[in-house]
Amino acid sequence: MSLDTVAIAQSTPDNKQPFAELGLKPDEYARIKEILGRRPTSSELAMYSVMWSEHCSYKSSKVHLKQFGDKAPKSDALLVGIGENAGVVDVGQGYAVTFKIESHNHPSFVEPYQGAATGVGGIVRDILTMGARPIAVMDPLRFGPADAPDTRRVLPGIVAGIGGYGNCLGLPNIGGEVVFDETYAGNPLVNALCVGVMKHSDIKLAKAAGAGNLVVLFGAKTGGDGIGGVSVLASETFGTGGSTKRPSVQVGDPFVEKILIECSLEIFAEELVVGIQDLGGAGLSCATSELASGGSGGMKVALDKVPLRDPSLSPEEILMSESQERMCAIVEPHKLARFLEICKKWDVTVTAIGEVTDGDRLEITWNGEIIVDVPPRTVAHEGPVYNRPMEQPAYINEVNSQKVSVPIPHTATEIKAAVLKLAAAPNLADKSWVTSQYDKYVQGNTIQSQPDDSGMVRIDEKTHLGVAISTDANANWSYLNPYQGAKLALAEAARNIATAGARPLAVTNCLNFGSPEDPGVMWQFAETVRGLADGCLEMGLPVTGGNVSFYNQTGAIAILPTPVIGVLGVIQDVRTRTPMSFNSAGLDLYLLGQTHEDLAGSEWAFLHGERVGQSPTADLSAEMRLIELLLAGHGMQLFSAAHDLSQGGLSAGLTEMVLRHSIGARIVLKSAGIELLSESPGRVIVAIETGRAQSLVDLASEHQIMLTKIGSTGGDSLTINESVISLNELRTAHTSTFPKLFG
Amino acid sequence: MRIGVITFPGTLDDRDAARAVVHGGAEAISLWHADADLKNVDAVILPGGFSYGDYLRCGAISRFAPVMKLVIEAANKGMPVLGICNGFQVLCESHLLPGALTRNSDLHFLCRDQEIEIINNSTAWTSSFTQGEKITIPLKNGEGSFQCDEATLAMLEGEGRVIARYVGENPNGSRNLIAGISNAQGNVVGLMPHPEHAIDALTGPSDQGLGFFTSILNAMVN
Repeated sequence: MSLDTVAIAQSTPDNKQPFAELGLKPDEYARIKEILGRRPTSSELAMYSVMWSEHCSYKSSKVHLKQFGDKAPKSDALLVGIGENAGVVDVGQGYAVTFKIESHNHPSFVEPYQGAATGVGGIVRDILTMGARPIAVMDPLRFGPADAPDTRRVLPGIVAGIGGYGNCLGLPNIGGEVVFDETYAGNPLVNALCVGVMKHSDIKLAKAAGAGNLVVLFGAKTGGDGIGGVSVLASETFGTGGSTKRPSVQVGDPFVEKILIECSLEIFAEELVVGIQDLGGAGLSCATSELASGGSGGMKVALDKVPLRDPSLSPEEILMSESQERMCAIVEPHKLARFLEICKKWDVTVTAIGEVTDGDRLEITWNGEIIVDVPPRTVAHEGPVYNRPMEQPAYINEVNSQKVSVPIPHTATEIKAAVLKLAAAPNLADKSWVTSQYDKYVQGNTIQSQPDDSGMVRIDEKTHLGVAISTDANANWSYLNPYQGAKLALAEAARNIATAGARPLAVTNCLNFGSPEDPGVMWQFAETVRGLADGCLEMGLPVTGGNVSFYNQTGAIAILPTPVIGVLGVIQDVRTRTPMSFNSAGLDLYLLGQTHEDLAGSEWAFLHGERVGQSPTADLSAEMRLIELLLAGHGMQLFSAAHDLSQGGLSAGLTEMVLRHSIGARIVLKSAGIELLSESPGRVIVAIETGRAQSLVDLASEHQIMLTKIGSTGGDSLTINESVISLNELRTAHTSTFPKLFG
Repeated sequence: MRIGVITFPGTLDDRDAARAVVHGGAEAISLWHADADLKNVDAVILPGGFSYGDYLRCGAISRFAPVMKLVIEAANKGMPVLGICNGFQVLCESHLLPGALTRNSDLHFLCRDQEIEIINNSTAWTSSFTQGEKITIPLKNGEGSFQCDEATLAMLEGEGRVIARYVGENPNGSRNLIAGISNAQGNVVGLMPHPEHAIDALTGPSDQGLGFFTSILNAMVN
């Protein structure tokens, strides 16, 4: 193909261009022509097509997401909000923490190992770009049925990819989720969260300011991988019998990323950059247009200076390439020499490819000829915005009007069987098969990790300051009621932070949905965002950023609406954290919160093939009182252990607690069946020393939280009324599932 | 007492090793792979990680780093050297220790709390332990299966150079459950599990790894 320049575009207005193949709709193409006053060059077309893709432009979600800003609670903690690479919150003592969650769903289905690996790599660079040292990762994952043949291809590959990349970066993996449902067959969800820490003064932003400053590309050389990954993979529903899209998946090199992290942190420490952006989805198209948009002027880039791994790449391909492990910095000319020196120390390839101008255009040349000349904001921020039609899907009334009808265990034998069945259910079973492939110890600051309620890392060894993070979603509830589902997931994540004694501070989210072109899916999405924004406002937790993943759909089957909510909290002294389980006998066990007959959307209902009824209604004021109770109790060092109840209810909660340190419990329940299986939100089990009961009673009454004594710790079995389940039996059930399924 | 901690490109546990050195009571000195300078240290630690991305073979490129030439010379003159995980692999590639570390037998990366038994407490790095002492420290690697030929195995066992063994089920297929070995003089030790991640029960499974870092002080004082 010959070079298509701006001059040629002007002289050949009627040339046919493959806009549809690049994922652009006719009206979007027309709008590009209107903006430019001519047809775009092929390079411009490439840039617009990737930047206006659903993945980059949020064109279907934007109108809804602005609620996070409109309904934002007042928060002194928020230092950088939505719109930058990641949000930043103040955690005290001069420290700022940045965290974000992103999806890498489609690539991980096509090529599980590389898809998941580069998902980790991408989110880590987002955090690094804010000026922070990445300190931990988490990975909420969702797969098709645990026993489906394709799950055996996808799951081991994804887990190995996350481990292979994250372990090599030296980032502890401190939690996540593994959930199975048939709607994820063909659409596995790989969400990756990273958290980083910095001093307030070190925060970096993506802006190209100061005419004459240099545009410097550093990191890996550019190759042909991931070309079109964004627009082709993330914005199209998988059809059956389509051509294989394997070449569109990026290939990662964690070693290069590790070097890039250390090199960048050294560069940041010497204050050598004015602005910085990582190259992720949409590669150079995204980095140059976003940097230029974030600054005051324009930018000039000589694309032929980009170091290539494959010298045959065309300018269009270079602009679209999603080669991993690359960063783009804006550097003052007098600091370039030192910048180059640090790159040389780390053997990092570095090239000045352009400069900031005082104009207002992004101009890109190829061997001196102008191939791109655009207003950068039109590429980066002024993409199409769709107010897509939405309609409550027919299934909602249908499922909401039905009642869950599942067998409720009554006899001692039935209760034992139910507890063992839940302990072994793939969604609740021990996940060591997965988490033992991740390094949780590196950096030496991990206080909590899976299977704790939240991950917790120390950020200051002298003051013992730490942060805790939890990610949660309950897609069954979101399916029954997406508005409530979002609120309930938020409440659960916040509760998981508070059980350890950390105060919830801020929220990130990864919203995984089917096709936005389906009005029913769009309604699920809108309801979810409305629920989350309302919930965040009520709980006083700002949303700091997030990610939307649409088109998780095969044919007419969309995934369950799956909003994964991440909450970050702060704990002043990690040494005082409340552990998730007890390690001595003779403690009293209490249930905080009220148990209703909440079986709709429960794991027990799922195991019986039922997804009907009405989800619980989130009572966020009760959730907030419970959180305050937990924090007050932590302040008094009242709790020997505290554990959140969620999927699998009291049955799963007790199973996890007794197995943790192999100390049993004797539990007495009035109507054991319902009490064990119900998944009423807002509940926590706590263990306290017998002599401290009055303090707990006082706290519960002060915070108006129902308190029920359910038993005491000790022995080598979990005994519920007359059912005796030996810890060995329970452990075998809980730990055998994954090895049996995945070898 | 100055203990050097080498950073290769891709080293991950250097800061953890330095922290453990300080907890043990010595001064930690950062050594850079490209500098042919040991900065007058009394002992050297090669920490864990994926130096040079583990490309070619684990440790195969690092052994040619400028700093390694000096480490090999010093080790041959008796300087205490501890290689942990990737550091152990570098020591094998450098021929300071025999054998090789290969893929775990189940082919997965494995991170878990591992019980090991101290078999030889007379080396520079194990004297704080009692013979037969069992400790639990993290094991985390993808290529931790220790392999060598029969003659080497007989030599290592015969000369008491197996310094630690895994307890219980073999986690990775290592011959004779070998978790760590030493050179003939006992100054160079390679260990697959990570004592530097077990210096404080707050962040590790125990504080029982600290013994490796206090042992070296005893060795230098005596």
